[in-house]
Amino acid sequence: MPAKAEEIIFSAEIKESTEMSENQLLESIERYFNGEMTAEERTQFELLRKKDANVDSKVVEHKLFIGLIKQYGERIELEKRLDAIHNEIDVHSLKEELLIKPNWIVNMWRHHHSKISVAASIAIFAALTTLFFTGKLSNHDSTFVELVQKVDRLSTQTHQLDLKTNTLAKQGVTKSNKIENPGNFRGTGFALSSNGYIATNYHVVKDADSIYVQNAVGESFHAKVIYTEPGYDLAILQINDPTFKDLGNVPYNFKRSVSDLGENVYTFGFPGGEEVFGPGALTAETGYRGDTLNYQVSIPVDHGNSGGPLLDDKGNLIGVIRGLQTQVAGAAFAVKSAYLLKTIQNIPSDSLTKSLTLSTKNTLAGLSRTQQLKKLKNYVFMVKVY
Amino acid sequence: MNKDIKASAPTDSEIVLGILNNSEIVLKRLYTTYFPMILQLIINNNGNEDDAKDIYQEAIIVLYNKVKSGEFELSSKLKTYIYSVCRRLWLKRLSQMNRYGGDIRDFEEYLPVDDEVETHNDRDIQFNKMEAALQLLGEPCKTIMEDFYIHNRSMQEICERFGYTNADNAKTQKYKCLQRLKKLFFQQK
Repeated sequence: MPAKAEEIIFSAEIKESTEMSENQLLESIERYFNGEMTAEERTQFELLRKKDANVDSKVVEHKLFIGLIKQYGERIELEKRLDAIHNEIDVHSLKEELLIKPNWIVNMWRHHHSKISVAASIAIFAALTTLFFTGKLSNHDSTFVELVQKVDRLSTQTHQLDLKTNTLAKQGVTKSNKIENPGNFRGTGFALSSNGYIATNYHVVKDADSIYVQNAVGESFHAKVIYTEPGYDLAILQINDPTFKDLGNVPYNFKRSVSDLGENVYTFGFPGGEEVFGPGALTAETGYRGDTLNYQVSIPVDHGNSGGPLLDDKGNLIGVIRGLQTQVAGAAFAVKSAYLLKTIQNIPSDSLTKSLTLSTKNTLAGLSRTQQLKKLKNYVFMVKVY
Repeated sequence: MNKDIKASAPTDSEIVLGILNNSEIVLKRLYTTYFPMILQLIINNNGNEDDAKDIYQEAIIVLYNKVKSGEFELSSKLKTYIYSVCRRLWLKRLSQMNRYGGDIRDFEEYLPVDDEVETHNDRDIQFNKMEAALQLLGEPCKTIMEDFYIHNRSMQEICERFGYTNADNAKTQKYKCLQRLKKLFFQQK
């Protein structure tokens, strides 16, 4: 570039003579624009512009060029002003402040969001596949525990013979009512009628060799399963013990319709072998994961409550306690009474040696809770399974 | 500091009036109000604080010239206008540097300001030519030109400054310089 500049200067010097007249023209143009010409000079100059196109274009060009120089000057000036303002700003701390907001997670997301999305989809897919193949997606849920006290199956088998001979011996020799043999599976049952029909859970009596029911005063009676409905987890037992006497009219009746949310309910059963009263409330009209077979109730139940009656304030039997959810404290499930009634209807008539007449009279209705329990006590049994 | 500036953010019409009145205070408030926004835009889009300064100053100049020329209408928020111009300028700069990833992370709405940016660009090219021409012109011509045409100094002052014995010599020198400047300017591509 400097070489070029010298060349231009050199050529400029050669043309000095022509430049002299050009300078005069420039001077005239400037005087013309600055309004320094006399009126006469002005008209003469305007005539010259009209006659000589070369002069005219020089005039126009000069005006534009000077305008550009001035604008350039203004720009430089403005830039200086802006720079001065800029220098007063603490850009560094401002930047720090801005950089805190988009932290590294945000930045990582911004820079790699497509990759992260792909990775996440793969991870979700893999997790679902694993769950599917391991059967975790099916309804067999490990968190659902049936309320029976299960002692080791192996010990059941090894003790079986022992126990059988024991009971036979006791029955044969003493005819005693008090057979105090603790069963391996224990649940609760309750009377359906005065003549010895009892309802409990299917899972309580499943695979049982022999069943005894024990009442509140400690008398045990032999019972047999006359009907099961595994789909509803219900079983109907009949006491077939010669020492069994008629219970008297069952004080509760069986509710056909669905009970309302929030209703006060309670159960009575034998968790751990002792009779326990369990008060609570009806918390959902559907059971575990929305199955319509069950109610969800908030009652402190334990293993052994299975098969116990669920009653409302007025003494209507509204369900059969069935299981609990381990992950939610206080959430238990009960089979709705409608299914119990269905089960009873389904019993083949030749399985019934005596008539099964359900109570329609409710004698608990007007009583206080303690009196209700006193009455109820005689109709609830501990179910022992051998 | 940032929050204090935001709290005293000047209204849009205040700024327009301030620019028309050459108010240094308003220019300063305008500048400090929206700079953080543009710093954020540039930093979040592959730029640094120097880029942010360049782009922001260009945008302020675009706004300034538009207001001065009387073409500026307050049809949108000034903030949106500044953001839009900076966004456009930065996109252009990014594609020139081949750093443009095809995606700019916006956090404000923006307007199409392509015409403004084009006009500004054309003018910039002219100014760059003028700057180059003045550099090539060398001294004392450069200073004479700047003093007379930009700083509006009288020939008398220029005479004294450069020690010319009479005003005619100075005048001749001035026109010589102007001729050469024009030549240098128009010779550039």
